Amino acid sequence: MESITPQLYTLLVFMVIGSVIAIETRNLLSAVISVSAVGFALSVAFLFLGAPDIAITQLVVEVLVLVILIRGTILIDNTAIEAHRDTLALVASLIFFGMLLGFGAMIFGSRGFPEFGEPLMRVSKVYVHTGLPATYAANIVTSVILDFRGYDTLGEATVLFTSILGALAILRRGGKVSGKEVATT
Amino acid sequence: MTVYFLCAVLLTMGLYCLVAKKNIVKKVIGVCIMDYAVNLYLIIIGYKKGGIAPIVEPGMSAETLEKFVDPLPQALVLTSIVIGLGVLALMVSMCIRLYERHGTFDMSQISKLRG
Amino acid sequence: MKGMTLIVRTVTDFVVGFIVVFGAYIVLYGHLTPGGGFAGGVIVACAFILLLLAHGGDVAYSKLPERVGHLLDSSGALAFLAIAWFGLIGGYFFMNVLGKGEPFHLFSSGSILAYNIAIAFKVGSSLFLVFAALATFRRRSFRAMIEDELL
Repeated sequence: MESITPQLYTLLVFMVIGSVIAIETRNLLSAVISVSAVGFALSVAFLFLGAPDIAITQLVVEVLVLVILIRGTILIDNTAIEAHRDTLALVASLIFFGMLLGFGAMIFGSRGFPEFGEPLMRVSKVYVHTGLPATYAANIVTSVILDFRGYDTLGEATVLFTSILGALAILRRGGKVSGKEVATT
Repeated sequence: MTVYFLCAVLLTMGLYCLVAKKNIVKKVIGVCIMDYAVNLYLIIIGYKKGGIAPIVEPGMSAETLEKFVDPLPQALVLTSIVIGLGVLALMVSMCIRLYERHGTFDMSQISKLRG
Repeated sequence: MKGMTLIVRTVTDFVVGFIVVFGAYIVLYGHLTPGGGFAGGVIVACAFILLLLAHGGDVAYSKLPERVGHLLDSSGALAFLAIAWFGLIGGYFFMNVLGKGEPFHLFSSGSILAYNIAIAFKVGSSLFLVFAALATFRRRSFRAMIEDELL
């Protein structure tokens, strides 16, 4: 099978350009649509990287992200805020990027990190070879998240429950309105 | 190697958007971009050259099992994507409440102390 | 909130049943093909959100009222925990104790199928609830809140 690196590079460059547009444009609707374009390109990149499970999930979640962002923000206020130069933030981001590059050079230079395309797979060898005999599930990712590592899925269900509960609590409308008790959700 | 470099660029752009912009919705967009960068990095770590998706079909031999990509990062990213959606819903509901209370999306107006 | 035009409503009436069936397929076959509880739950939530956007809040709330939504959400999470406790009978927490059939069949791999269904209920109903709360949020303007002396 030929290497996928040209397609992966094309998608990554597309994502970087889309993010630049999303950050710099002054119209909020354009920014939201650019971010969603980045998300859809990410879903295609997941397909190239051999993760169809993740591609399906990213696609449907991206649709919901687009709808929530448009509903939550665009109908209220579409005006742009006047641009100003924030040099402290620019310098801080460049220092952060320099730190990332420094760490990367340290890690990649010392041969401690595997190359792109040769994963270490010390634990995953056990999962791949005993996935089907132990759990009778053909999809190995499902058997990992629901059988070998069920605790992590329990933590994820808890986090999702808490964040949705927080969003519902924020959007609740209660209290008094000019002397009358009003409690509507 | 350049793949990891582009992931780092994406992460830094998300961080810059979160810190430097005054509009609250732009900050939310920055958090979204950082989410994408981290999920992409995790999946790229697990990629195997010439690898196929980790789904077993009937009658698969043992050397086809060697060609699977790493399923462990995929398990982590699957839950991370859905959690990102929940956190985004929370952030957007906070944006709506802030707009209702202050009348603007501008962070410098919102964070002014009032007597 | 009000709905949309006649064309959108007609197309929604055709399509929304298929979306629910497709979401249920992705959930139930999650241990054989790509998918699983999370993706299928989000797809089922998308079907109900489509109903909300096309017909308005009243029709959507009559199909899935708020109390039922909260009930499904909590019982999905509790069912997930209950099946995990069930594994304690066999040996350890989260052990796969329900009957495992032959591989590559629908009713194989024991508790993984039950976990997928519980997760789908939980994710689907909570995402629909949060979007309905966002969409039908009755916004009072800044001016009205000042006049009501809430600020």
